[in-house]
Amino acid sequence: MAGGGGCGRSREAIEGELRKLRAEREELDSRIRQLESQLEVGSTGVGGAVAAKGAVDSSCDGSVACRSRGGNGFAPDSGLPADMIYRYSRHLLLPDFGVEGQRKLSHSSILVVGAGGLGSPVALYLAACGVGCLGIVDGDDVELNNLHRQIIHKEAYVGQPKVKSAADACREYDIVVDATDNLPTRYMISDCCVLLNKPLVSGAALGLEGQLTVYHHNGSPCYRCLFPSPPPVAACQRCSDSGVLGVKLRGSLPDCTICGKNSVFTEQDFQKFDYESFTQSPMSDKTAPSVNLLPESARITSRDYKRLVDNGEPHLLLDVRPTHHFQIASISPSLNIPLSMLEEKLPMLETSLKETGAASASGKEPSLVVLCRRGNDSQIAVKLLLEKGFASAKDIIGGLQAWGQDVDPDFPVY
Amino acid sequence: MHLTLEFGGGLELLLENSTKVHKVEVPPQDGENMVTMKGLLSWVKANLIKERPEMFVKGDSVRPGVLALINDCDWELCGGLDAELEEKDVVVFISTLHGG
Repeated sequence: MAGGGGCGRSREAIEGELRKLRAEREELDSRIRQLESQLEVGSTGVGGAVAAKGAVDSSCDGSVACRSRGGNGFAPDSGLPADMIYRYSRHLLLPDFGVEGQRKLSHSSILVVGAGGLGSPVALYLAACGVGCLGIVDGDDVELNNLHRQIIHKEAYVGQPKVKSAADACREYDIVVDATDNLPTRYMISDCCVLLNKPLVSGAALGLEGQLTVYHHNGSPCYRCLFPSPPPVAACQRCSDSGVLGVKLRGSLPDCTICGKNSVFTEQDFQKFDYESFTQSPMSDKTAPSVNLLPESARITSRDYKRLVDNGEPHLLLDVRPTHHFQIASISPSLNIPLSMLEEKLPMLETSLKETGAASASGKEPSLVVLCRRGNDSQIAVKLLLEKGFASAKDIIGGLQAWGQDVDPDFPVY
Repeated sequence: MHLTLEFGGGLELLLENSTKVHKVEVPPQDGENMVTMKGLLSWVKANLIKERPEMFVKGDSVRPGVLALINDCDWELCGGLDAELEEKDVVVFISTLHGG
């Protein structure tokens, strides 16, 4: 299947064009640097030059390998150009960093896997500090293809094993940053780094807190040495402010199945390894597991609900999302009682339901319709409500997500 | 034995009031005169964990995905379950995160 453009140009023609464009870009980059240095000589501010630093590559296929190294006008043997001295002066003034440190940075190449909450600042800082070659992999920009759950893969790899694509993408770089958001990808990237013998800087965050660990570097353990078995699926997902930064970790485990001396784990094994089944969790959090607690008779679709509203049928819409979700966007009118408080607020619900009944002209008993973000919590709520005697309670299948998809395309997605 | 226990990465949610730091007095296990990590784990499970103990322990040990540190040092380097604790040691339990 051809992805995207669908033009009939030959591979050679496209590659030729790419070569030409890259050469033009290099020429442009060099002119930009010259102009910037002229500007900086005459000004005290940093100016708006951030975008030109490093070689931040990204394109619509979501994972781009940087093939030219040692950019930044930082020739290995000559002195530093004036603009580089000015730009990186604070680095150069650090006794332990100096010119040699900056030179190493400019000749290093780093792959950041994941360009979300972690990957974005990581990539920005790496580019700003002068890393010579920076790659960003993020599937979220690949919506046009089916790759939105497979963040390390290029369009060109459709039909090929994920792990091959991941390995090929990583091979180009000295260091890999794991900024992904799920467990199977973390195991996969760690195994891949062991096979290719690359150090892995692994960041993880949730809410306002995070953890940082360096794996497979100077005898340090790989992810599997620390966590040979994956945690249970339901393991708590909250963050800690006592991260693992600055603690003494075990060394590489001699009998680690991946990085141990006697490991028999090969690239072929890696390509065949099913990380999703190993961790019992998906590589994307977009496919949240859905629960199925209710009989069909206790559920309606978002379209059914639209009809019910259009027909003016008396009902009360109960939104069981947390309050801060409700404040982002809600269907009006609706009553917000978060699921965690539902049981204690049943009297309040009872009252609201009676008021709705009294206000309706038809005199018909109002029904109770329950809504949440994706249609999981609403089922838990309806199950409880049915047990507590709210016989008319039904939930909206797929929640607000389905409402946005099937009824109101303008409803904000979050 | 006086110990400081810290729980992070969400493990604190299993404890009363989600308190992260606990200064505790842990007695030696029956028939022993010292507190080992194995003894501490079963003491924590019996005395501190309020819900879902399977999120903290599995068998004799911590569940996969939990890192234990004794005085900021990976417990595997200190002897794992057999590590002997000393007065005023700080033991940290962290559940790893994987959000990005």
